[in-house]
Amino acid sequence: MNTNALQTVFFRQRPLLERIVAGLLFICATVSVLTTAGIIAVLLSQTIAFFREVSFAQFFGDTQWTPLFANKHFGIWALISGTVLTSFIAIVTAVPFGLLAAVYLSEYADGRIRRFLKPAMEILAGVPTIVYGYFALVFITPILQKVIPGLAGFNALSPGIVMGIMIIPIVASLSEDAIHAVPDSLREGAFALGATKLGAIWRVTIPSAFSGIGASIMIGISRAIGETMIVAIAAGQQPRFTFDPRVPIETMTAYIVQVSLGDTPTGTLEYHTIFAVGMTLFLFTFVLNFVSFRLRQKILKGARL
Amino acid sequence: MKKAMVLAITAVMASSIPGCERKPQESELIKMDGSSTVFPITEAVAEEFQKSDPNIRITVGISGTGGGFKKFGSGEIDIADASRPIKPSEVEQCKQNGIDYIELPVAYDGLAVVIHPQNTWARSITVTELKKLWSPQAQGKVTKWSDVRSDWPNEEIHLFGPGVDSGTYDYFTAAIVGTEHSSRGDFTSSEDDNVLVQGISTDKYALGFFGLAYYEENRDKLKLLPVDDENDGNGKGPIAPSLETVANGTYQPLSRPIFIYVSTQSLNRAQVANFVKFYLAHAAELVKEVGYIPLSPQAYSLAQNRVDKRLTGSIFGGKGSQIGVLIEDLLQKTGQ
Repeated sequence: MNTNALQTVFFRQRPLLERIVAGLLFICATVSVLTTAGIIAVLLSQTIAFFREVSFAQFFGDTQWTPLFANKHFGIWALISGTVLTSFIAIVTAVPFGLLAAVYLSEYADGRIRRFLKPAMEILAGVPTIVYGYFALVFITPILQKVIPGLAGFNALSPGIVMGIMIIPIVASLSEDAIHAVPDSLREGAFALGATKLGAIWRVTIPSAFSGIGASIMIGISRAIGETMIVAIAAGQQPRFTFDPRVPIETMTAYIVQVSLGDTPTGTLEYHTIFAVGMTLFLFTFVLNFVSFRLRQKILKGARL
Repeated sequence: MKKAMVLAITAVMASSIPGCERKPQESELIKMDGSSTVFPITEAVAEEFQKSDPNIRITVGISGTGGGFKKFGSGEIDIADASRPIKPSEVEQCKQNGIDYIELPVAYDGLAVVIHPQNTWARSITVTELKKLWSPQAQGKVTKWSDVRSDWPNEEIHLFGPGVDSGTYDYFTAAIVGTEHSSRGDFTSSEDDNVLVQGISTDKYALGFFGLAYYEENRDKLKLLPVDDENDGNGKGPIAPSLETVANGTYQPLSRPIFIYVSTQSLNRAQVANFVKFYLAHAAELVKEVGYIPLSPQAYSLAQNRVDKRLTGSIFGGKGSQIGVLIEDLLQKTGQ
């Protein structure tokens, strides 16, 4: 909102009440912006305090993360590898199911099935994550242990898969919107050239909807990276630089939970670590959200053509 | 506008009707926090005590011995559960806030070293091996079972232990590593012993430690690893923790007394004094019930004696964990 618009809102002759209401609405609109700014300010100031005591080389040049213990190491890669590993497993689970569900809903399902299936799937997105966490720990893990020998009780695989299940509705719903938005003329063109239905979907519809599908995957990834409860419960709490999905690991979010649950006094180095980790996490999701935002802009432009 | 006014008036009227006022209930609250190891005993005592007087509410937290002392030292709670004696920094905090405390031993505990039931190779472990495994130098280096003993499998070892705020962690590091609060950091640590039980019981290559009571509660899911202190003076060879071996001092060095710390200020409240008396009178039976080892009857009466005489301070001199002590001796020495 530029200053001109502000002036029109606040200083044009209007009844008092209306101006108050407009002012209240303006405050409402800025709450989330101000909150974001506040969060960034807090993260930044505490992260700077952290880096006064710990060098960048210790943070980025080490693969061990043990700030709470006698032999202190601050290698963030141990936590990043945990986060990347669980998120990767989640995406590998969610994308095929989500995308195929989207194709089915948009191209094959008749109206009645679609009206029933889509909301039913979205219920999955409403399940509290703590429930997913215990689902992973006490249901999925024991099943996986029967199939995979040497799978530890806390591991990256089980919470990764369950996170994937949690993300399916996000990927499916947004991809379905994108596929649905592809103009019929493109499909008809493909049919006119003798394409089968499957051929038209793979060669024409999905590629045309690609930026929308890409955006849905990006949102799915940032959801997986930020997910806390599932990994805190089922992945173990042992920072370990590994890409082996069978052993206990710790993600960035789970570390923050672990420290916050203890009695770490404020202002100590241990306390500052959670902000440094939080900042890293914030940068990760920020980049992903930015990429998905650009992808969605591309769709909007495409739709205008 | 008018409608809002009417609503406001109704609200005022409602609150002025005598029956609508809420009287603050006169129920006594005793606040406790601290060690998750002591928690089962305190919980059992609190339950029994509340049966005798339903007007009393007792809250028991489990933020670890260190966490409990932090709250105790700032006057937030009446009683701290502790699985090790108070440390100098904590004594200092109490002094700063003018809190005097009475230290009361309530039971013996053996720290159980446990493994997965399907672990067939490990039958016992020596203190030297435990030290090799848990010392800070082991971090990132001693990572396989075969690194601990060469004929154990060449498989990654997954370690589980209490978090750094836990008194069990402090005692274990003091007894095994030799320096209190110093260990490797690459293990799964949690203040909640149930998380450790869950982790070890589902992982064939796991090894962990926690208070004996949590082993007793989960015997079917875990396997006890006997510990050899390589000192034949207090029992030959590897010894597993049990009622006898902990009470007679042969399960060393992983046996220890556990405590509650009462603030003298809180003790001036009749309910708190009654609760403490009840605690010491019934500890012997309840301690056994939850899987720990009771002190001798004489020790409990010596402890009650400390309460009656308001003997403040720590019989350990405020220096933290000491290894291999018998409570009866210490109480006798300082009780007069």
